[in-house]
Amino acid sequence: MANETPVSIKVNGKEEQRDVEPRLLLAHFLREDLGLTGTHIGCDTTQCGACTVLIDGKSVKACTVFAVQADGSEVTTIEGVGAEGELHPVQEGFWEEHGLQCGYCTPGMIMSGIHLLNENKNPSEQEIREGISGNFCRCTGYQHIVNAIQYAAKKG
Amino acid sequence: MTSTEARKQQYRVIGTRPIRHDGLDKVTGRARYGADIHLPGLLTGKVLRSPHAHARIRGIDASKALALPGVEAVVTAADFPIHEDMEIDLVETLGNLRVLAENIMASEKVLYRGHAVAAVAATSAAIAEEALGLIEVDYEVLPPVLNGPDAMDANSPRLHENMTTHSVAKRFERGTDTGVGSNIASHLQFKLGDPEAGFAEADVIVEREYTTSTVHQGYIEPHTATALWDFDGQVTLWSSSQGAFGMRAQTAAVLGIPESRVKAIPMEIGGGFGGKLNTYLDPVAAALSRETGKPVKITMDRAEVFIATGPTSATRSRIKLGAKKDGTLTAAWSELVYEAGAFPGSPVGAGASTGFAPYKIENILVDGYDVVVNKPKVAAYRAPGSPQAAFAIESAMSELAEKLGMDPIELRLKNVIRPGDRLPTGVPLLPTGCEEMEKAMRSHPHYNAPIEGPNRGRGVAVGFWGNAGNSSSATVSVTADGGVTLVTGSVDIGGTRASLAMQAAEVLGITAEDVRPSVGDTASVGWTGQTGGSRTTFSTGLAVVAAAEKVRDEMVKRAAILLETEPEKIEFDAGTFKNGAGKSLSFQEVAAAQVRTGGSITASASSNPRQVGPAFAGHIVDVEVDPETGKVEILRYTAFQDVGTAAHPSYVEGQIQGAVAQGVGWALNEEYVWSEDGRMENASFLDYRMPTTLDLPMIETVLIEEPNPAHPFGIRGVGEVCIVPPMAAIANAVANATGRRLTHLPMSPGRILEALERPATNGTGG
Ligand code: FES
Ligand code: FES
Repeated sequence: MANETPVSIKVNGKEEQRDVEPRLLLAHFLREDLGLTGTHIGCDTTQCGACTVLIDGKSVKACTVFAVQADGSEVTTIEGVGAEGELHPVQEGFWEEHGLQCGYCTPGMIMSGIHLLNENKNPSEQEIREGISGNFCRCTGYQHIVNAIQYAAKKG
Repeated sequence: MTSTEARKQQYRVIGTRPIRHDGLDKVTGRARYGADIHLPGLLTGKVLRSPHAHARIRGIDASKALALPGVEAVVTAADFPIHEDMEIDLVETLGNLRVLAENIMASEKVLYRGHAVAAVAATSAAIAEEALGLIEVDYEVLPPVLNGPDAMDANSPRLHENMTTHSVAKRFERGTDTGVGSNIASHLQFKLGDPEAGFAEADVIVEREYTTSTVHQGYIEPHTATALWDFDGQVTLWSSSQGAFGMRAQTAAVLGIPESRVKAIPMEIGGGFGGKLNTYLDPVAAALSRETGKPVKITMDRAEVFIATGPTSATRSRIKLGAKKDGTLTAAWSELVYEAGAFPGSPVGAGASTGFAPYKIENILVDGYDVVVNKPKVAAYRAPGSPQAAFAIESAMSELAEKLGMDPIELRLKNVIRPGDRLPTGVPLLPTGCEEMEKAMRSHPHYNAPIEGPNRGRGVAVGFWGNAGNSSSATVSVTADGGVTLVTGSVDIGGTRASLAMQAAEVLGITAEDVRPSVGDTASVGWTGQTGGSRTTFSTGLAVVAAAEKVRDEMVKRAAILLETEPEKIEFDAGTFKNGAGKSLSFQEVAAAQVRTGGSITASASSNPRQVGPAFAGHIVDVEVDPETGKVEILRYTAFQDVGTAAHPSYVEGQIQGAVAQGVGWALNEEYVWSEDGRMENASFLDYRMPTTLDLPMIETVLIEEPNPAHPFGIRGVGEVCIVPPMAAIANAVANATGRRLTHLPMSPGRILEALERPATNGTGG
């Protein structure tokens, strides 16, 4: 289409080049253009955190940025977390500590949890709560999620 | 050793905490939810919604939209069959087909702002969005009616010209039509004993009115549906719903096609809480697919979820309680007015039958009114109808305790219902541990800890929920390597793959990990009711146990062949088959030989429980009220519940903690804010404030395990009753902290500050 802009974004270690409309949100770019549907959409208006990804190592809600704004950056989605056959400790924590019910908030929670532990290896319960306070979970009451991140922190 | 511990030792798998089978997919982003489906040629659908709360549709002109390049179809109510009033089974409730269809697409009138009037399918979301703006709808705007008590007024604008009040004098009876035109869809009344005489006997009476606002289930995943109407007339649905069979039935009914032509494939679902039992989008996507010959996906945005899907009823409850000086309740009365939204069907019946259920009261009168208003049609929300009534009744109970100078738990224990006593509906209570639970509350360290510091208080409340049974199906098949596959028709919202696999493993003497559970589509497993009513681990569990028992019995026969003995001589223990003469075979060995010993081993079964097993919950909460800001902070929360045998304790705890979190939101912040013309003014997660991590403390759970006699392992539904007590418990804690009783939900900071302006009337009534 006429008003498309080329972008080049490194997603989960792979350079992705596409022509996109300027109004395309990064969340939609990841889901629709790249088929990375692990990034969930719960509100589209930056409140729920289901779409959280890492941009250059920082947790960002992928519905707050346009794909064109991410041009030249490195994006990590839930699909890019952990190595082949090996889960990241935060992923393992959610699984082991039953940190999910429906699982819809889980990818975003994990991304926020990873960012939190990157900044603070040994967070207190309160620091964990603050670190993920931008992510809604409607199912769990958060307790097992806090446990999951504590598990990951212990595992280092 | 307590009896609970003794029971636990009966089981090898039940009561343990295996990690869930679908965990890997869900922590790696591979699990596929409804919106994740992608099909070749997929079109995007969008729905045009009414900007008016009440209006007549004079005409719809879609020609400009259809002329827009990229638009492939527009549908309106004219593209759906016309339905008569007719009851169809919507599983948790009976639903009226005409109502279901009208709510999905308005034909003559729009009845709430957000009511669907047309839908578009286009090659991109942007084009579909643009097309919506080109559809011209000619409305004759009518005055709306926006709350229940107003709508009951005979002079208020009427939503449905032909609607008359249906009167039901006894629950479970069909009742009679009064012939009186009204917004009151139904009035139900039930009566035990002689309420008037009961109140005359009372030494103390508490009488109050309580109100609650509209709140939403708030699942994080918006509704989404994808449909393909094939050239041969077969319809396939990829659904985000609480049950594929429900979506199949509703979609076929609305489209006027046989159910057998529809196949519904359940996708993972991002929360439902009752709000995804009914369809909004599937028939619309199917109709658009029929028109275009291509698959169509419609996904709501968050604002649409708020304005066009089921919230739960706003209510007004009038309560009167009478008691003797010693606390014995002599009579109870409630008048419950529940807003149904635009069409009849509020959960007032459930409110009426549950509110007084924790108590043995000889004399009860309950009046319930189901009232239509110009708001979205309400949908089930976790123990639908019970929390609103409990907020009122449990607030009144604690006020009564205060007037009597009694401890609030003592008052509840004094009147506690026991197994065999009649519930307000007249049905006797099955073995359920309400009394044990209240005793556990009374002796818990939380209840006995001092409350220190100013503006702090403690509250308690209890709640009841009947739970659902209904039918489910399961198929268990043995694999050659000694594993087992388990297919059920139950959508897994909160870990039921695990809780069901555990039941199969328990029967078969293998581990939960040896069982591979999956959720079947409507073509691959027998009919199964929806995941709702706290029924899945219980009722689908019954089907799983029955199928696993058949498989076990067949395995015994095969083992007998291999061990050259009679099946009766085989002793089956923890996955080993022994012939009583020192020889034995493992589950794996018998599985490996299945084909040559008589063919593959597989069995299906369905459940149809006649008894269900209800549930009680009781909560203790400490709060601190900030007199400057009006903010209520939850300091400590302990939730007690009779959970039957806890199949997977972590998931039981998770259900309780999640329900408490929703209850805290309902109590303190969540509400639809309406403009005078019926617009929801806060239709976003920014302004509709659900609890975050920072709004909640750790929530302690105390599981009382009174086995449910209706299930072989004693399993009881646990997911709903836990949302019943929080609102009253918190209101009682606020009263205890401030000396003021708040009788309206939510107790938002503004309302707390207003209450603090009033003189204190209450000091201790937590
Ligand atoms: S979808 Fe991005 S924050 Fe909700
Ligand atoms: S697990 Fe369902 S929203 Fe968090």
